[in-house]
Parts: sequence; C-alpha cells; structure tokens
Amino acid sequence: MKVTLKVWRQKNRNTPGSFKTYESPELNENMSFLEMLDVVNEALANRGEEPIAFDHDCREGICGTCSLVIDGKPHGPHKGIATCQTYMRSFKDGDEIVVEPFRAKAFPLIKDLVCDRKAFDRIQHAGGFITVRTGAAPDANSIPVPKENADLAMDAAQCIGCGACVAACKNASAMLFVSAKISHLGLMPQGQPERYKRAKAMVDQMDAEGFGACTVTGSCEAVCPKEISLDFIARMNRDYGVALLKGDPKAIKGGGAG
Amino acid sequence: MATLNSNIPSGPLAEKWEHHKFYTKLINPANKRKYKIIVVGAGLAGASASATLAELGYEVHNFVFHDSPRRAHSVAAQGGINAAKNYQNDGDSVHRLFYDTIKGGDFRAREANVHRLAEVSVNIIDQCAAQGVPFAREYGGLLDNRSFGGAQVSRTFYARGQTGQQLLLGAYSALNRNIANGGVKSYTHAEMLDLVVVDGHAKGIIVRNLQTGEITRHNGDAVVLATGGYGNVYNLSTYARGANVTASWRAYKRGACFGNPCYTQIHPTCIPVSGDYQSKLTLMSESLRNDGRVWVPKRKEDCKKAPQDIAEGDRDYYLERMYSAFGNLAPRDIASRAAKTVCDEGRGVGETGLGVYLDFSAAIQRLGEGKVRERYGNLFAMYQEITNENAYQTPMRIYPAVHYTMGGLWVDYNLMSNVPGLFVLGEANFSDHGANRLGASALMQGLSDGYFVLPATISGYLAGQNPGKRPTTDNGSFKEAEENVQTMTKRLLGNKGKRTPDSFHKELGKLMWEHCGMARNEASLQKGIKAIGALREAYWKEVNVLGESNDWNQSLERAGRIADFIELGELMCRDALMREESCGGHFREEYQYTPDDPETKQGLVNPGDVKRRDDQFAFVAGWEYAGAPDKAPILNKEPLVYEEVKMSTRSYK
Ligand SMILES: Cc1cc2nc3c(=O)[nH]c(=O)nc-3n(C[C@H](O)[C@H](O)[C@H](O)COP(=O)(O)OP(=O)(O)OC[C@H]3O[C@@H](n4cnc5c(N)ncnc54)[C@H](O)[C@@H]3O)c2cc1C
Ligand code: FES
Repeated sequence: MKVTLKVWRQKNRNTPGSFKTYESPELNENMSFLEMLDVVNEALANRGEEPIAFDHDCREGICGTCSLVIDGKPHGPHKGIATCQTYMRSFKDGDEIVVEPFRAKAFPLIKDLVCDRKAFDRIQHAGGFITVRTGAAPDANSIPVPKENADLAMDAAQCIGCGACVAACKNASAMLFVSAKISHLGLMPQGQPERYKRAKAMVDQMDAEGFGACTVTGSCEAVCPKEISLDFIARMNRDYGVALLKGDPKAIKGGGAG
Repeated sequence: MATLNSNIPSGPLAEKWEHHKFYTKLINPANKRKYKIIVVGAGLAGASASATLAELGYEVHNFVFHDSPRRAHSVAAQGGINAAKNYQNDGDSVHRLFYDTIKGGDFRAREANVHRLAEVSVNIIDQCAAQGVPFAREYGGLLDNRSFGGAQVSRTFYARGQTGQQLLLGAYSALNRNIANGGVKSYTHAEMLDLVVVDGHAKGIIVRNLQTGEITRHNGDAVVLATGGYGNVYNLSTYARGANVTASWRAYKRGACFGNPCYTQIHPTCIPVSGDYQSKLTLMSESLRNDGRVWVPKRKEDCKKAPQDIAEGDRDYYLERMYSAFGNLAPRDIASRAAKTVCDEGRGVGETGLGVYLDFSAAIQRLGEGKVRERYGNLFAMYQEITNENAYQTPMRIYPAVHYTMGGLWVDYNLMSNVPGLFVLGEANFSDHGANRLGASALMQGLSDGYFVLPATISGYLAGQNPGKRPTTDNGSFKEAEENVQTMTKRLLGNKGKRTPDSFHKELGKLMWEHCGMARNEASLQKGIKAIGALREAYWKEVNVLGESNDWNQSLERAGRIADFIELGELMCRDALMREESCGGHFREEYQYTPDDPETKQGLVNPGDVKRRDDQFAFVAGWEYAGAPDKAPILNKEPLVYEEVKMSTRSYK
C-alpha cells in the first residue's frame, strides 16, 4: 500500500509553519504508524531533505512521548491506544492522511510535530507527591488498602502524561490529566494528609500554565490512550472545593522538639 | 592497567552491609549542602538516587535527555518487582532470594552485592507503598504477589501490566518534591556527551541541550551515571528507541572499565519479527508463563497447520519436558535457547518459522476466560493490536528478543567505578545479575541502588574531597572535553556522505545478532569483529547527517549514539570471544553439555545446556579503553570469590 501524507512542517517556534505533502514509499499494513514515518523519513534523508521531526520512545503505549494529531484526532483513529500503537492496516491504499502536532498554548512547538509538554512536569512539582523520606516507610502491609480503592487509584494512575486530552479539548484544558494525578494519590490512604493541599496546589499551577477551562464535553476521555474516566474530574473539583473551604492549613501551636 | 578492587567488606556475608554502613565515613549535615552531585538519568535508579541524595542535604543536579524524567525507559517494565517479603508464607527469605539470584546469574555475580540486594529488597516495597504506588492487592487490602521465572516462590509485586510506570511515577514524585523544595535542579532534554576527569577524578560532564543545541559544562564533586542499558546495539530489541550507551561509552573512553559487555539477556516471550521495516520488538510479559504453556509441533510437517488442528499428542511442550521442576517458568536464558533449538530443528511456527506457541487454552478451561482476561487483558489486547490475532482463541506466537544487558560499567561494592568519583547505578552498571538476570530483578536493583545503596556509600568518597576546591568549569579538562564534543558534532554534520545513520544501525544490529546473539562461536565472533571494525570505518566515510547543530536535530542525536554503538558492538564481540565458556545468556557453542557428561547422566542438565569453566573463567572482565577505537582494548580481571555459596552446576530439572 501507499499513502499521501500532509504533514505540518515548522522549523521552530519563531518561524511560521505550513503543510507539506509527501508520497509514501511502498508500505506494509503491519507497520506501525511511526514505522511508516521512519520509512518516509529514510526516503527524505536519502533525497537530502531533512526528516520530519516527531516524538517517540517506547513505541508500546506507555511512555507518553508520542503525540501527533492524525486526521484531526489526537493519537489517531482508534480508541484507547496511542499513536505508536496505531497500525497501517487502519488505513487504506491511496488514503491521504493529515498529520499535525498537538496544539495548545501551554504546549509550545519545538519543531515540526514536536511540542514542549514540560508544563505537565511543573504541575506535578507543585504537589504531585506524598511526602515521605526514603527509609521512613512502615512495613508495606501495615497499611491495608481496600482492593476497590487500589483498583480505582490504579485506573487513574494509568495516565501516561501524553497530553492528548489537552490537544483534543477546544479550550486546551488539562483537567483530565490533573484530575488523574490528584485522584491516584487522593484515593490511597497514604495520600490523605496532603489531599486537599495537593489538589489546590496542582489546580492553581495548571491555571498558571495557561491551560483552559473544562466544559465537560468529554473529548478528552474519548482520545485518552488509557481511557481515563471523566469521573475523576468531578472528584478533583470536589477536592478543590474542600480545599477552598478549608483555607490554608493552620499550624498547630507548641509541641516542637526542644 | 586499571586496578579493579571490589572493596567487598570483610565479615560474614549477612553482616557485611550493616558493618560497611557503620564504618563508611559520614558527612555532617551542615557540610552536606556544600557538596554538589551530578546525576545523569532519572529512571528508577537515577530518580530514586537524586531524590534521596537531596533529602540527605546534598546539592543535586539531575540530567535527562528525555523531555521529562517520567519517560525514562523504566516506564515500560510490565511484569513486576521482586522482594523477599515472604507475605505468601511460601518459604521465601532474604537468603532464598539471594541464592536464586546468584544461581540465576549462573554464578557470575558478586556474592556480597547480591546479598545486599536481597536484604534491601524488603525496604523498597515499603518505600514504594508509602509513596502511593498502587500495587495489586488482595480483597483483604494486603499486597498480592505472583511468580516469575527462576523462582519457586511467589515474591513478585506488581501493578497491573505496568509495574515500571507505577514505580517510576513513585520515584518521579519523590524527585518532584525535591525539585520543588530546591534540593534538585532538573535539566531535561539535556544529553550528557562527555565525562570530565580532573586529576584522575570524575568532576563534571559536558551536556548538549537538545532543543537549542547549546553545549554547556557542569562541575560536581561526584558524577553518578544511571543511564540504563545498551541492548539497542542490536537495533531491534524490546528497549525504547531512545535508549543508548552514549553516557557509559564516553565514560569508558575516559578510563572507566566496561564490565562483561557480552552478557546480554534475550527474553523468551516477545512478538516475532515480521518485516525489515520493524523498529522495535514488543515484549509479552514473562508473567504470561504463569498460565501459558509453551509448545511446538513434534513433527516438522505439522508446522504450517493451524494450531487447533494439531492433536494434543502431536505437541511438544518442550520446557515442561526438558525442565520438569520449573517447566514453563524456567529462567529466561534457558527458555530462549530452548526456543531457538526447536526452531533450528525446523519445528518453529508462523510465516518465518521463527516462533513458538504460548498457549492459554488450558488456563482458559481451568480458570475461565474472565479470569485470564483479568490477569492479562492488557497484554492480550497489545498482542492483538500488533498481530491482529485473538489470543483467547488461538495461541500467541512468540520468539526471543534482546531485552536487557547484564554487562555495564564496572563498579566496586560502593557502586564506584575505577575512576574515583564516578558512580554507576541501575542497568548501566554490571553488578548484580551475573550472566543472566531473573525476571522482576532489574526494577529491584535500580531502586536498591538509588534509594538505599548509593546514598549510604557515596559519603565514603565525598569525605575525602574538599568541595571548596571543586574544579571550576574553566579548568583545562572541561575545555578539552567540550572541544571533544564540538569536534565530533562538526565531524558528523560536515561529513556529507551518502548513507543515513539509521541504515548503519540496522546493519550493525544484523551483524550483532548473527555473530554475538543467542549462540556464539569463535570463528563467527572473529568474523563479527572484522565486519564491525569495517562498519566503523565506513561510518565515518559514508554517513550523512542532515540539519544543523544549533537546533532540534534528531538525526544528529542518533548519529552520535550509533557511532558509540558500533564501537561497543566490537567490544562485545571481543568479550564474547575471550570468554571461552558458556554461562547464563552467553552461550558459546564449543562449551555445552553432551550426553556423555556425568552431569547429563545424573540428570542435572540436558545435553546442549551451557557449560561453565569455573577454573578459568570465574572472573569479571573489566575492559579498558586503549586510547583509540582501532586499538585492542586491555582486559583486566576481578576474580569472583565465593565465600558462602558453592559454585555448582545450575540445574532447573
Ligand atoms: C519492555 C521491558 C519490560 C521490562 N520489564 C521488567 C520487569 O517487569 N521487571 C524488572 O525488574 N525489569 C524489567 N525490565 C528491565 C528494567 O525495566 C530496566 O532494566 C530498568 O528499568 C532500568 O532502569 P534504569 O534506571 O537503570 O535506566 P532507565 O530507566 O533506562 O533510565 C535511563 C535514564 O538515563 C537517561 N539518560 C541516558 N543516557 C543519557 C545521556 N547521555 N544524557 C542524559 N541522560 C541520559 C535517560 O533520559 C533516562 O532518564 C524491563 C525492560 C523492558 C525493556
Ligand atoms: S512512544 Fe511511548 S507511548 Fe507512544
């Protein structure tokens, strides 16, 4: 099979970009979408043209590095998988495929199809952790966690931090991502002491990064490679609300070590 | 010649670590913040080390080439992490985990390191649970376990099919907390391209910013490499595409010895190669062997039949037949070699004949499809995406693929290389797995090194260093190293040959698989060395790297890494050639059990199993760079002394 690619090419943030059209060499339907791009890139390089920059690493749907909006959909045509898990058998011989980067104000473009998603890291610096020093942990089985809670926390924790939710949202909201992080830790007993403080700090950082508001259209859930549920957004909003009601935590007076 | 002093503490094996911690010099809390430590890598090993060192009060600078620490290759681990918790009451203990690991490594690991690993394993699980890692649980809320190859107890902790991601997110969260409070300065999209050695000590690194191309110098009182394994030297492997050897290789070229480079792990359960365009091989977690049965047809003629049409009596469940005590849970090296053997006999399945069945029909009958789905649903889905086949209805087809490297930079008991001040953690070092790693032990080792070992040992080195006298980045060694990096970049971009870097990587991968793969022999290794040497020369004549140096340039990144892989490939072949024995994952065809050997007759091993030669090869090979890629490297040896365990025939029958 062969396909025609309409690909976004942009040298860097400060240079305007545009679509370029490329005819693929002969392909095999068992190739992954990224392997198809590899083959196209080899052909480009052999002609002396600079290959298309795109992000990838694990190529098995877990590192969250691959991105791409394929024919208007982040991570391509299928539900519950990432771009790297998309195979050419999902396309037909002769198809024209439009490939763009994830676009959002908070994800500035680096080159061609690569954007900078460090805003996600900064949100987690703000509070995405449980404060426990190395070596200070009690025996793991001294804190039983009801299986239902552990399973639900795991549902949230599956998030691979790819940012497709942001790319899919017309407001470029990061609520699905942030809510998954907050819910994962907030559902575990270990995460309770900092639960509300964490929710507030992370949501505030999310706003500061320039992500938009959520209007619950669900386009994020639809493209999430791990099918993270919108329910977590409701959880996060509850925790954030409680955090606002509680205000800043008060210090307990006295009792310091002498 | 380098000196390889293992610095194993004296005293009884089980007390060495406690004693050593007590006698290692400490640095008082007020002074710690004066020390600056460079950590390269933020996988399980690097992230856990950075966070813990910062908690102790050191000034930590962390570098990763990824855009975020969360994307380190550790994220991809599926199956689980071992710990001697004995929560299942099935007879596990620190000693058993120690023994299984030593035996699993075919008696080529250092006893004292492995014992420490087993001791520390229990603390790791506690630490991770406290961080909120959502491990699988039983209905009572306590932690669940499963079994992995090479063990007869259930000591593997897991988080669905993504234990690696969950443990990494735990370590990353600890790192984040320390970034937020100023203890760690994090540099992302920052690739280390050289090690700076001042007066024989590691005192800094040279880094390229992948977004801007800017090259910068960074100094420190010690340098820690936690930069992962080098399996991508084979091009096709289960590693993330970006995983590379550059940090280790550049350190090697600055004097750090490379330990046992030829020890590679070929994992038995991966999806077979389907075409030349392929960029990676996908692992199907070893946990599948808990319930899946491995077989091929007894007769060649049946190979092209649909598996359903092959009668039960015409199937050869070869692992169960050959290794009855461990059956489908035989260790990886053994299971891989057995798969190769049956395929070489012409009994492989699938289009290429390089495949064996992993069959779940018995498990589905016994447990029901629902239960199998609950246990392995994500893996079955992944299999279907890639192959378009439904493994609930037809057996999976699997074949071995390169998965892990036991070799790595040589380190002593303190995890310090022979270059003082250079520490190496995680998969990047050679230390704990001998000639074969057991499943679920890499995550354990990475976190052990990072959370518990390095933070306790590094003070022993730092106590002898004066942070007030730390070399500054105007020092001549920094200048020389930076120029070295600039020269290589210019050379790559200026070369204007005719071939892409990737085409060389493919060629190298094929050479490595052919000459230094699952079965090796003298003549073929010698051919490999010649061919790879020629490839190295061709590379510098013919490679064409497009784009610019002061820009995001993935071709340039890859070109530098591939240049290093080519040189490494040659060293691996040399190591494999030197090691005239078979052990673990290193199988030299000349050294295998025959039907006439007493061990075979006693029923300990099968004909064709690996045969060690302890009298001559019970040592770690530490290869030293001889100053130029075409000069033969120097072999240093660290003898392996076993005090507690007797080196014996490794039997899984
Ligand atoms: C598919 C797969 C499944 C696996 N499953 C399991 C399992 O179930 N259980 C188990 O125990 N083990 C498993 N393993 C092995 C295990 O995952 C790895 O050995 C381990 O995670 C390695 O961790 P690490 O911290 O040493 O290195 P990595 O996680 O590879 O991290 C390397 C880090 O170094 C950085 N880096 C590298 N070079 C440079 C440079 N030059 N400059 C700057 N930064 C650099 C990278 O950015 C990254 O942060 C699996 C491996 C694979 C491939
Ligand atoms: S490349 Fe890792 S998720 Fe796609």
